[in-house]
Amino acid sequence: MTPLPHLNVSKLRKSYDGHEVVSGIDFELRRGECFGLLGPNGAGKTTTLRLCLGLTDPDSGTITMFGLPVPQNAREARVRIGVVPQNDNLDPDFTVRENLLVYGRYFGLATSEVERRIPALLEFAGLHTRGGSKILELSGGMKRRLTLARALINDPDLIFLDEPTSGLDPQARHLIWERLRNLMNQGKTLFLTTHFMDEAERLCHRLAIMDRGRIVACGAPRELIARHIEPQVIEVYGEDAERWAQEYGMRASERCEKTGETFFCYTHDADPIVHHLDARPNLRYLHRPANLEDVFLKLTGRELRD
Amino acid sequence: MKTKHFRLPEFSLRFVHVWRRNLLVWRKLAIPSILGNLADPMIYMLGLGYGLGAMLPDVGGMSYVAFLAAGIVCSSTMMSASYETMYSGFSRMHVQKTWDGIMNAPLTLDDVLLGEVVWAASKSFLSGMAVLLVALALGLTNSALVLWIIPLVFLAGLVFSGMGLIMTALSPSYDFFMYYFTLAVTPMMLISGVFFPVEQLPPAIQAVTLALPLTHAVALARPLMSGTLPHDIILHLAVLTAYAAAGFYLALVMTRRRLLK
Repeated sequence: MTPLPHLNVSKLRKSYDGHEVVSGIDFELRRGECFGLLGPNGAGKTTTLRLCLGLTDPDSGTITMFGLPVPQNAREARVRIGVVPQNDNLDPDFTVRENLLVYGRYFGLATSEVERRIPALLEFAGLHTRGGSKILELSGGMKRRLTLARALINDPDLIFLDEPTSGLDPQARHLIWERLRNLMNQGKTLFLTTHFMDEAERLCHRLAIMDRGRIVACGAPRELIARHIEPQVIEVYGEDAERWAQEYGMRASERCEKTGETFFCYTHDADPIVHHLDARPNLRYLHRPANLEDVFLKLTGRELRD
Repeated sequence: MKTKHFRLPEFSLRFVHVWRRNLLVWRKLAIPSILGNLADPMIYMLGLGYGLGAMLPDVGGMSYVAFLAAGIVCSSTMMSASYETMYSGFSRMHVQKTWDGIMNAPLTLDDVLLGEVVWAASKSFLSGMAVLLVALALGLTNSALVLWIIPLVFLAGLVFSGMGLIMTALSPSYDFFMYYFTLAVTPMMLISGVFFPVEQLPPAIQAVTLALPLTHAVALARPLMSGTLPHDIILHLAVLTAYAAAGFYLALVMTRRRLLK
């Protein structure tokens, strides 16, 4: 028998003022995996997360967390989860250590028990020398790491991360990723929303791409790329790119799309196109294997979302 | 507004941790907070009480400063509860998103609001008590009945905290609270018997004051401080309790509508 999934979502729907934000989605989180929910702004990711946490009631459909029905038993289910929200809501009146202490007490942990857990969490977050610092004195990366440490205060089995590296510099992002992999190695289940494709590709065992309230694709990152996209991509840009695409690129590739001023030529065999481009020094190009972003753009479209 | 927003509150004892969180913040700023809470009522009580009082005969059978002391105990409780639930409450709800963080733990909005209302009542209780202690020190009251002021002030704190949380639930920004202060709190303070007996007012306005919670708090506090049993105890307590319960429930419904969309 396969173990019960940590989270199971079935036929979930939610609308606001007659506008359906979540339109019948199904997915499950298996134990110990990192599951990613990807989508452009307004795709319904955050609403899905709020529904799973029991903070808002669905119009229809079912959510089961650790076998408990949500929202009915959401409070009980939340005992075993940690949440890293999109915007830091650390307590600015408290020090780093006090933030952890106060948060641990919300889980019914005794002060002495929380204090016993704090040193290891500060170590994990790389903040062991900053226990007495005020929140305002921390950098953006430190705040994120503290928020992550705070989400671990109850030693959760399942951790929700809503765009955990938005607004961080590359160094800080790599550090967060390393910590998240560390958590996966400890057997934690992660539920991640993001619109960073490299993040999803790097971390997620499986992911679902969401658009306009629906899940448009679901699977392992490599599998999604293989299923939806030609393996080779040539990006062409520069002044004459438009003319080149009209005259040659669109014909020579299996699919050619334009985003901004760049043409993306998708193909199984890139050699002829690359040769053609090498003979035209006024055009600049990049030849690379297809990645998740190509899948994402193909499935959710290239127009701007606000 | 949906029916689910109207369901009865379901509390857990975890509301205590919300209260403790606010206590920990307060402890860092306790001294300036107490002094700040005390300064304003003291200026009214001593300034008006001794200054204006020197020109007045006895009011309601006591010196004006003693008359005023009972009113100021109640009004400073009202002020403190209102400030805490509105300005500080709005910070926690809307600006710092403290409540959102708490609701990711095994607490519900019902617990958060209960923690907030009990916290604000506790803080305003200290304000009322501070004024009472000054009145005792000045010899303005010396009856054992004064002990009943202790639960009364806490109840009054719950009343004005619940009302403040309604405003917080409705508020788009800090500026909004000014309306409540200028249109509700200040007029209420003037006509509820804090500064002069309600009987001085025209009959029509007297009828209005009967609907105001501060009137009932003052009507209980003043005789207790002067050492006589108040009239209509049950009526006054019933009005205050009803305000506390209805205010809290309404605040909860409004906040659910705002946050649990």
